[in-house]
Amino acid sequence: MSNRNTIISANGTEMFSPPSNVLIPTRDEGKQPVLDVRGLGIDFGGLRAVDEFTITVGPTEIAGLIGPNGAGKTTVFNLLTNVYKPTRGAILLDGHPTAGKTVAQVNRMGIARTFQNIRLFDQMTVLDNVRVGMGNNIHCNFAESFLRLPRHFKAEKRSTERALELLSIFNMESEAYTLAGNLPYGAQRRLEIIRALATEPKVLLLDEPAAGMNPSETVALMESIRSIRDTFGIAIMLIEHDMNLVMGVCEGIAVLNFGKLIAKGTPDQIKNNEAVIEAYLGRQEKKEA
Amino acid sequence: MKNMLSKINRKDALTLGVLVAMFLVFFVVLSTGMASNQLKNMIIPMSYYILLAISLNLMVGVLGELSLGHAGFMSVGAYVGCYVAVTLVEKYPSMPLAAYLPIAMVIGGLAAAAFGVIIGIPALRVKGDYLAIVTLAFGEIVRTLVQNMSVFGGALGLDTGDIRPKNTALTLLPFTAAVVILSAILIMNLVRSKHGRSIMAIRDNRIAAEACGINVNFYKVAVFGISAFFAGVAGVLYGHNFTIIKPETFGFNMSIEILVMVVLGGMGSNMLGSVVAAVVLTVLPEILRDFQDYRMLIYSVMLVLIMLFTSAPAFAGIRERLSLGFIKEKLTAKKKAKKKSKEGDGA
Repeated sequence: MSNRNTIISANGTEMFSPPSNVLIPTRDEGKQPVLDVRGLGIDFGGLRAVDEFTITVGPTEIAGLIGPNGAGKTTVFNLLTNVYKPTRGAILLDGHPTAGKTVAQVNRMGIARTFQNIRLFDQMTVLDNVRVGMGNNIHCNFAESFLRLPRHFKAEKRSTERALELLSIFNMESEAYTLAGNLPYGAQRRLEIIRALATEPKVLLLDEPAAGMNPSETVALMESIRSIRDTFGIAIMLIEHDMNLVMGVCEGIAVLNFGKLIAKGTPDQIKNNEAVIEAYLGRQEKKEA
Repeated sequence: MKNMLSKINRKDALTLGVLVAMFLVFFVVLSTGMASNQLKNMIIPMSYYILLAISLNLMVGVLGELSLGHAGFMSVGAYVGCYVAVTLVEKYPSMPLAAYLPIAMVIGGLAAAAFGVIIGIPALRVKGDYLAIVTLAFGEIVRTLVQNMSVFGGALGLDTGDIRPKNTALTLLPFTAAVVILSAILIMNLVRSKHGRSIMAIRDNRIAAEACGINVNFYKVAVFGISAFFAGVAGVLYGHNFTIIKPETFGFNMSIEILVMVVLGGMGSNMLGSVVAAVVLTVLPEILRDFQDYRMLIYSVMLVLIMLFTSAPAFAGIRERLSLGFIKEKLTAKKKAKKKSKEGDGA
């Protein structure tokens, strides 16, 4: 822990100056980036799983994180949410460092996420899954729920209403009382997004939201991602292998390969970037004539 | 939508209804003298086993942590609470049961809750089987400690003859009923609240719960404390029902017995199962006394059968046909059919 603090303080002066490689949509220009990640890295034993990961995400940006399998994309998400403690570097969320915070505290600071392998509360209803996410924003202490004081009912009512409202984003109100574990796959993915939104985040991290969805579902998901950004005014960062979705919805894309950033840019820049093409398809050997 | 909401609460209402009805029957049976001696001796144990099963269900079914030390928490409550009661009665011999029993329950419960928290903190670092072993060890440690504490009478046990009321079952029944029903209400209130949802979220997926901003450690320790509190209260009831509290009563066997009730009754947010299982499993061994040598054999065979019946997929069809919802559906269907045929006659 102390080791990390020294790293931060050593770079302290440099920390708050604008980073060299800023990639923020024009809409968010001049605003403080909601996510400012500097030189993030983690080692697993001798393996540098992620190294020198530096990005900024604007307050209403839709950012993409892509890369071949095993590039370290999910590791980056785990670092951002403090599931892993970074070996190097710092994360500033809305200007506040997240170092030393627990996973739950980071969530309360404003980072919510979904998981690559769906993690729902299977034995609970869809509605309750969403209401769990709202835990931090409805207030009612132990004694109040034990004795069913008025605040308990107020909290229950408010959270139910809000949860149904959130469920309506994906038209899932009719399934509010099904067990989450019994939902079809696509609906489970959508429920995870709603649950994450229920925590009222500033940044929403989506780990392969379109995995297992058919093309028409993916198109619908793209629309939803945009409308979530517009209605909630939050930043969204997503990991995705479906290039149609990434190129269609993301404003800035970062490409990771072997734990290192190999490119950052707009969808068009990324599409034509040689390093990216090489990472995905391999180098094309020039045939000797 | 509203229907579904009230349906969830209806489960709790049913549990409460069953409890109230049961205690009313007990009261009538006891006060009219209809009860056999055998039944008389079973009523209070049944009640504290209900309390134990519900509180353990909070830990095992709602939080999802296996505990094999529930008897340990119970014994802490029994010894501390009854010790307080004995001292009170010694000092103020005229003190009525209605005064010292509640005091004993609160103090016994709090003492057990303190132990629950103490066990809960190291238990944060271990999960599943390992936690089960920690709690098992706790139960054994408490038993051995008490056996060697002269304050609590050592291996001879704590003499509770002075605090045990005359006509025990009937005198204790109103207090027992009040405590069991109140505890059931409190626990069910907790389960159906924001906090209950957080606890169940930890059970279903710890990592996702953390990512949703839930302080997992806090809730785990809190549930250990709350569950132990009610076990302690049950222990105080136990102490008032017998003339002596012996340390060896609260052994591993008792913890397992409570766990069996919870498992057979169905783990989870519905407490009715625990209540029914607690009653059945307290009565069953007593009824089987007539079979002498084969008693434990029949008891265990029946446990296996109940387990098969409640959870084996092969019996799913039969279970469904016996469920309340199905019976109700059939009844309404019959009514509708009757109505239709009547309408048909009229036409």
